[in-house]
Amino acid sequence: MVNITLQMERCKGCGICIANCPKDALAFSNHSNHSGYEYVQVNEETCVKCGTCYIVCPDGVFVFTETITE
Amino acid sequence: MAKYTKYPELLSPNGWCPGCGYGIIARLIYEVMEEKGVSQNHIYVGGVGCNANLYGALEGGNKVECHHGRAPVCANGIKALMPDTFVFTIQGDGDCYAIGMGETIIAAHNRFPITVFAVNNANYGMTGGQTAPTTLTGQVTTTSPKGKEGKPFDIIPQMRALGVDYCARGTTASLAEIRKLKKYITKAIDLQLQERKYAFVEILSPCPTNWHKSPLEANEYIMNNVIKYLPLGEYDTSKEE
Repeated sequence: MVNITLQMERCKGCGICIANCPKDALAFSNHSNHSGYEYVQVNEETCVKCGTCYIVCPDGVFVFTETITE
Repeated sequence: MAKYTKYPELLSPNGWCPGCGYGIIARLIYEVMEEKGVSQNHIYVGGVGCNANLYGALEGGNKVECHHGRAPVCANGIKALMPDTFVFTIQGDGDCYAIGMGETIIAAHNRFPITVFAVNNANYGMTGGQTAPTTLTGQVTTTSPKGKEGKPFDIIPQMRALGVDYCARGTTASLAEIRKLKKYITKAIDLQLQERKYAFVEILSPCPTNWHKSPLEANEYIMNNVIKYLPLGEYDTSKEE
């Protein structure tokens, strides 16, 4: 199973991931991080873990971890 | 299902502006270096400009900061002394094509086995968005308020005239182009590691801050305007002869 986690402190709120997400699973969160940028949040129900956000993000916000469940 | 890649261990949070392409470029280069097993045996030779933020974003790794524009010839010298080390430069367009044009040409002419990554954002980004040789015709900058006159400088024909083995131009402005760019970077790094050849890759990067556009508008500007003047693609003559 693939998990997606977001490193909010790295996010600069550029919105490129939101525009590129094929499932519209990303949106701004209305919260700011310590640098003052409004970070993104992911809707885990619609996210299909395609990895597009990882490819287009300039700041390394998205971390995919693959866990094996028995 | 997509293939997941781990974010390069050497990169920590960076200081570039929101939407800047440098973050993607640094990630792609260090990803490929990890894949090729040279992330512990490399020297990054940097110039002056926005690329200097990478010094702060690197956790470990070897780095050298050169005088403005002199990175390719410094890399030549380092490679001459350390032939088994992977040596590459990351430079902006002001560093590579304006103040450092002489060194860029000499390094390409010498064809020492180094890899040069030139990041072109069509202005002098770090100093406030002045006109650069690569500024597009009619583009408004702080020193060309009525739009630049004359054509933007195109490095690829110069590199081909010098007979370099591999030169390419990619961009970070779209998902498909980022995937292509990673192939160009992989090929350029492979050429140095396996065939000891010089390679040059230019990357068109958005500069939302100085273009006065949102990150998405800046990406669209590249795809709709910049690539009309500076077409994307690769020129590989390394297998010929």
